[in-house]
Amino acid sequence: MTMTDPQTQTQTAGTAKGAYDGPILEIDKLSISFFTRLREIPAVMDFSVAVQPGEAVGLVGESGCGKSTVALGVMQDLGVNGRVVGGSIKFKGRDLGQMSMEELRDIRGSEIAMIYQEPMASLNPAMKIGKQLMEVPMIHQGLDEKAAYDRALQVVTDVKLPDPKRILNSYPHQLSGGQQQRIVIAMALMSEPSLLILDEPTTALDVTVEAAVVELVKDLGKKYGTSMLFISHNLGLVLETCDRICVMYSGEAVERGSIEDVFDEMQHPYTQALFRSIPLPGADKNARPLVAIPGNFPLPHERPPGCNFGPRCDYFEAGRCDQSNIPMFDVPGNERHATRCLRFQEIDWNAPITVGEATQKNEPGKVVLKMENLKKYYEVAANALFGGGEKKVVKANETLSFEARESETLAIVGESGCGKSTFAKVLMGLETATDGKILLDNQSIEDVPIEKRDTKTIADVQMVFQNPFDTLNPSMTVGRQIIRALEIFKIGKNEAERKKRMLELLDVVKLPRAFADRMPRQLSGGQKQRVGIARAFAGGARIVVADEPVSALDVSVQAAVTDLLMEIQRNEKTTLLFISHDLSIVRYLSDRVMVMYLGHVVELGDTDQVFSPPYHPYTEALLSAVPIADTSIQKEHIVLEGDIPSAMNPPPGCPFQTRCRWKDKVAGGLCEKEVPPVRQLGGGHQIKCHLPDAELNAMTPVIKVAAE
Amino acid sequence: MLFTALCLTFIVFFLTNLEPNLEKLAKTEGNFRMSDEAVQSWLSDRGYTDNTFVKFGRWMGVAPGWETVKEDGTVLRQCRDAKLPEEDRATYCGVLQGDWGYSLRFKTDVSNVISERLGATGKLMFFVMIFMVPMALIVGVLAGMREGSGLDRSLSTFSIATTATPEYVSGVIFIAVFSSSAVGLKWFKGSATSALEDITFENFTLPVLTIALYGMGYVARMTRASMTEVMTAQFIRTARLKGVSFRNIVLKHALRNALIAPFTVIMLQFPWLLNGVVIVETLFNYKGFGWALVEAASNNDIELLLAVSVVSVAVVLITQLISDIGYVYLNPRIRVS
Ligand SMILES: Nc1ncnc2c1ncn2[C@@H]1O[C@H](COP(=O)(O)OP(=O)(O)OP(=O)(O)O)[C@@H](O)[C@H]1O
Ligand code: SF4
Ligand code: SF4
Ligand SMILES: [Mg+2]
Repeated sequence: MTMTDPQTQTQTAGTAKGAYDGPILEIDKLSISFFTRLREIPAVMDFSVAVQPGEAVGLVGESGCGKSTVALGVMQDLGVNGRVVGGSIKFKGRDLGQMSMEELRDIRGSEIAMIYQEPMASLNPAMKIGKQLMEVPMIHQGLDEKAAYDRALQVVTDVKLPDPKRILNSYPHQLSGGQQQRIVIAMALMSEPSLLILDEPTTALDVTVEAAVVELVKDLGKKYGTSMLFISHNLGLVLETCDRICVMYSGEAVERGSIEDVFDEMQHPYTQALFRSIPLPGADKNARPLVAIPGNFPLPHERPPGCNFGPRCDYFEAGRCDQSNIPMFDVPGNERHATRCLRFQEIDWNAPITVGEATQKNEPGKVVLKMENLKKYYEVAANALFGGGEKKVVKANETLSFEARESETLAIVGESGCGKSTFAKVLMGLETATDGKILLDNQSIEDVPIEKRDTKTIADVQMVFQNPFDTLNPSMTVGRQIIRALEIFKIGKNEAERKKRMLELLDVVKLPRAFADRMPRQLSGGQKQRVGIARAFAGGARIVVADEPVSALDVSVQAAVTDLLMEIQRNEKTTLLFISHDLSIVRYLSDRVMVMYLGHVVELGDTDQVFSPPYHPYTEALLSAVPIADTSIQKEHIVLEGDIPSAMNPPPGCPFQTRCRWKDKVAGGLCEKEVPPVRQLGGGHQIKCHLPDAELNAMTPVIKVAAE
Repeated sequence: MLFTALCLTFIVFFLTNLEPNLEKLAKTEGNFRMSDEAVQSWLSDRGYTDNTFVKFGRWMGVAPGWETVKEDGTVLRQCRDAKLPEEDRATYCGVLQGDWGYSLRFKTDVSNVISERLGATGKLMFFVMIFMVPMALIVGVLAGMREGSGLDRSLSTFSIATTATPEYVSGVIFIAVFSSSAVGLKWFKGSATSALEDITFENFTLPVLTIALYGMGYVARMTRASMTEVMTAQFIRTARLKGVSFRNIVLKHALRNALIAPFTVIMLQFPWLLNGVVIVETLFNYKGFGWALVEAASNNDIELLLAVSVVSVAVVLITQLISDIGYVYLNPRIRVS
């Protein structure tokens, strides 16, 4: 050990920061396969990308396209069954594949650091934060405990965590998700690496927290001159953080270039289709609907011959695109811009979108659902281990009042813990309300739990769940599950009639009738979600609560599922309560929006009213936090300090006062003393805020489309 | 927990005090050719025919002990202690007063029997634990550290083999191999009786080994499962990508997390080991707690049987408590919230 130490040290010194001026990371024609008992799974093929010093490169693509595999390939940590089968990965000119374990260990954590998606899972639950951080410089720089502690303290301060000393002395579970992610970032930055790999670093976080973390990463990257490989499935996020982007599809890089080139002059049909399937400002469910990418993502061992995107490509040309593997072509005129499409020079990239048929907007009908001062409190034991003792009250829903009309889409927006799902549970009868009224057709149902509801009420109020993976019974065919629902709703006189109705329902959700005999595990996520929708509409539901119905799905599938929901709603005149944290999709499909924060409805109004000033300060921050994948959009930059307070002990006065940037505009510290009353701003627009009218009216739009 | 203990004790009490047992007791104590009436009067004189709850109360020492004045003037009472004059004898004499009754088999106070035998078994268990716990953890951790490796496979086979072999099989095999002339390896003694006075390597190895091996396989497999799970956890990957060496990953990051589950299991092992103790003590003729249990049961020694059961219940419950506390200590997630 002592023998090798000086040697490795000179090596590190040789490649010390600054001494080398080529690309930091150079991946050349990399192919990685996983070997399973059945077959070889080529997860990444012919993948090349280069990261220059100080540059941030975004890697986007759908789930399973091989993004994480590339990252782990760079770290040379592919597990027992993964292997690099071709190409090379060079870090500062040295081939990582040729290095010994010793050399790799030396580089990991000191020169290349990686941040994962799940912050909680990447911290050791039984080790104090401080120790986990201090480990890094102690291994790599050989610092003693004292110096390592000082360094840890400094970095924790750098990632803007309050009270760093206390944080260093706590265990991971004592921190919130956002704080944990900051710790993971701090850990990665402990020894000022030259390359930082971030694998979906913010997917598990709330939007406003995500915005703050992304901001932090960007700032620190600049401060330390770190190069970054930023993996994400969110184009908007990549736009905000990166200089260059690489789009992946099914194991290959399909387009690579600077942000401007790829976003504004895309040269690959997949990139184009991706942009058309995400709701950008300007998209509208009636006038300009999203264009879903047809078909499904091919599994790694079922890829088509020739172009992988072929079967789903609008420009597919038989005889050419399906012949041989397609290489990367440089796009003439643009620097470092390349695409994997044979026909990129033949396609008219500026042709207007063939607009899907515009549909007629449904006029909202009579009020079907009305909530009056609904309250739901939970009592929880304060001490989990020894039970009993004092009880705490969690106010999950605080005086909720609104009405929803027939064939209207009401979006309920808010971050984790704001009470969205509690509200849905109370409506469904899975919980009973603490106080207040829920009127369904003027009949109060707030105290009727689901076992006591009559079939009609149950069939009327249905739900589509967030995660299609655990709502279907895994051991029953799809058809059987829908027929079961029909039986429960007492639809159809006999088996044959129900079977017929089941097949019709499959048509409605655009699944082939043959799927009736399939087991849930044979379906993709999007297809499962369609079955979930079919089940919810089986009894002719009049109110459907969709709890984040597409957030677990891939971008290219989201559009299709959303459109399906919209279409059924149009035909059935259903009232849709759409619960989501994604403001882009909310803006796209809802008629009215309700914004919730810590159990309070802070703003309620038409979509236009909510998305334009005057805003509630929280709505304003939320709007600013949502990443938008459009280079022509200018956003006002509002970063919220701190985390969402726990619902267990909400702040006194206005629930948002701990993070509000407008607070000092209210005279007399009212925000800290009193819960603001609901104020009507006219036209059914209401907000819960103390801000005087003059201030509200002076607010400017957060999102502006830059004049071209 | 006290309530659980009370309930369990009551159940045992009820079962040992069933009619046939009592009849047998009367006949062994009194006269084998007693008539049915004589049996009845013998029993009722000694309070045995009363309501179970009253009897339980007396035994516990919360109800006054029985006292019968016979026609001929002799007084029979629950509270013995002949040294004291009649008037000074206590009215309450149950478990709460420290009086566990009288063992008919050993002809002495039950409490004496219990403390003596428990001490002997305690020694046995102590050595079992000293041997079993570290071995099991080491085997488990080594096996689980690199799942699927040759080391893992051989250690796993070993642990499965040991759990699959009950004590009465392994004990007999050990005796045959190591202490009889059948194989000729007369390394150890086949009887542990002498260990009561003086523990030596020779007389104690086999009983300890027999119990420990059986429990070890189980704990080792739990540890292995827990270790393999921890080794695939995300934070282990984080540590690896921080540049931590494999040795430190195992020692600093994985170990504590991997020990949380087996710790509970080790504590849960205690009741199991008590079973083993009964078999092994009989097999090796070691006069400990398990042996006392067998003796009490085969001689219908009701009070001793009761006491043995109560002590076992107490041991089990106490180990559960320790396991819960230890779990909380090892797992910081529970400690704070
Ligand atoms: N250990 C493994 N064994 C076998 N196949 C694997 C293994 N790890 C990944 N794969 C396969 O490799 C492909 C690429 O996976 P990868 O995790 O890189 O995707 P990803 O783009 O990171 O997806 P996500 O967005 O869901 O994180 C997938 O088809 C996956 O099933
Ligand atoms: S090569 Fe052909 S199929 Fe592939 S993206 Fe280009 S046009 Fe479409
Ligand atoms: S009431 Fe005060 S703290 Fe609350 S949102 Fe309005 S300005 Fe901010
Ligand atoms: Mg991934």
